[in-house]
Amino acid sequence: MAEMKVNLCGIELDNPIIPASGTFGFGYEFAEVYDINLLGTFSFKGTTKDPRFGNPTPRIAECSMGMINAVGLQNPGVEKVISEELPKLAKCFNKKVMANVSGFAIEDYAYTCEKLDACDQVGWLEVNVSCPNVHGGGMSFGTSPEAAASVTRAVKKVTTKPVIIKLSPNVTDIVSIAKACEEAGADGISLINTLLGMRIDLKTRKPVIANKMGGFSGSAIFPVAVRMVYQVANAVKIPVVGMGGVSSAEDVIEMMLAGATAVEVGAANLINPYACRDIINDLPRVMEKYRINSLSEIIGGVQ
Amino acid sequence: MKQGFYTVTENMALTSSVYRMKLAGDVTGVACGQFINILLDGYYLRRPISVCDVIDTDSEKAIVILYKVVGKGTEKMATLPTGTTLDVLTQLGNGYDTSCSGEAPLLLGGGVGVPPLYMLAKKLIAEGKQVRVILGFNTKEEVFYEEEFKALGADVTVTTVDGSYGTKGFVTTVMADKPYTYFYTCGPEPMLRAIYNASTTSGQFSFEERMGCGFGACMGCSCKTITGYKRICKEGPVLVKGEILWQK
Repeated sequence: MAEMKVNLCGIELDNPIIPASGTFGFGYEFAEVYDINLLGTFSFKGTTKDPRFGNPTPRIAECSMGMINAVGLQNPGVEKVISEELPKLAKCFNKKVMANVSGFAIEDYAYTCEKLDACDQVGWLEVNVSCPNVHGGGMSFGTSPEAAASVTRAVKKVTTKPVIIKLSPNVTDIVSIAKACEEAGADGISLINTLLGMRIDLKTRKPVIANKMGGFSGSAIFPVAVRMVYQVANAVKIPVVGMGGVSSAEDVIEMMLAGATAVEVGAANLINPYACRDIINDLPRVMEKYRINSLSEIIGGVQ
Repeated sequence: MKQGFYTVTENMALTSSVYRMKLAGDVTGVACGQFINILLDGYYLRRPISVCDVIDTDSEKAIVILYKVVGKGTEKMATLPTGTTLDVLTQLGNGYDTSCSGEAPLLLGGGVGVPPLYMLAKKLIAEGKQVRVILGFNTKEEVFYEEEFKALGADVTVTTVDGSYGTKGFVTTVMADKPYTYFYTCGPEPMLRAIYNASTTSGQFSFEERMGCGFGACMGCSCKTITGYKRICKEGPVLVKGEILWQK
């Protein structure tokens, strides 16, 4: 009997599969085609203090085994997320959801997290520190240990829910940033966010994406993600949520062996709306193949 | 949204770059003005293509698409032999609403924007409407589906930019001469803008945008409208004249 349960920061998940923020909206598009309660949980669309339209289009570019997006955190703002999206979600999802939060100033993060802390439906706060700090010359919070730690401390002050800091891979030393977040009180680390990428149209000689650059995701980035999850999981004691190019049950096992307690699935949802359901259904077969009785036993099991 | 596996039963060139493909499989719930999203071996994202027609008889059930070869994905599509099985998402987008057409709707298609108007014309004619169609192309070589629209019983006018076939000019060149109670259009954005400015009634516009998923999850194709933010793939691709906000 394949045991898929894992414990993420004190909350038990039926399985480690979590659709990643920005690829699953607030769940309804997927609830139309399958029962999303079979997921471990999911990380909802990145939410900010104020409503955002995001970047101009085109926002999407295709790549070999992947894609670039520059959506720009389009979301209705935390007030509407709480008053409109969460009640709608309650009708099709009866588990704790992971709230993904972004901000452009430390106070924004604290404001948004404090609001979401009051919501029973929210199990975890996943804090995206890849956004530019408007008071710090536009440098992303996630590119310096000090800035990432400041966000962590500010968020920890306003919530009792587990705080998972989602790290950017676009840094020279991800381990030092992960450690700084741990020391600042983070309950978990999730990684990797997208890799900064760019495509150019040969006919027009212009960038394909209106924003010029965007986040590269998809199967192509999987090896980078496994490496970074491995490095971070070996350096911190708090749980690590692995993501980046995961698209199969085998990828999930590999991510967990690298040190992930749970695994987020991102771009794969956009290509195959059933990706997460298919991975969950396929996990018992792959576990049997590799003689795994319980997924929680293989976390960090790489030899 | 619905996922299905379809068999290519026809894939033929109509012009030097426009192809017609028949995809045999489930046709339930596929409405005019909607699109399908096709997964191609070797390409990461699906290809969103508008539905041209649905064949739903006892002997044949198929979705018909007309597509233009513009990049590597559509180049690959053009090489697919009959018998190929494709993973396709269907029932995507809102589609055209025929309930506001009035008695004499005008349909204006430009280039590869023509296909979705075919199924729309078929539906409007079945509803007893008097349908006029203006099809615009650049040159004679690019013209397709004139006879097919005529066979439905529509009144068809063709325009070409270089005057090599039909009336010389744009679809808007002849639009003023046609009486209409409402209009429907699909085509390149400059054409849509020209129709927006030239039209004297309300109407529906089908838009195109680069998409990630095609079913509302990624926010890749959002646009601003008078009634708020809309996703071209989900609340679109069809927008009503009164809600359009042109960018730039």
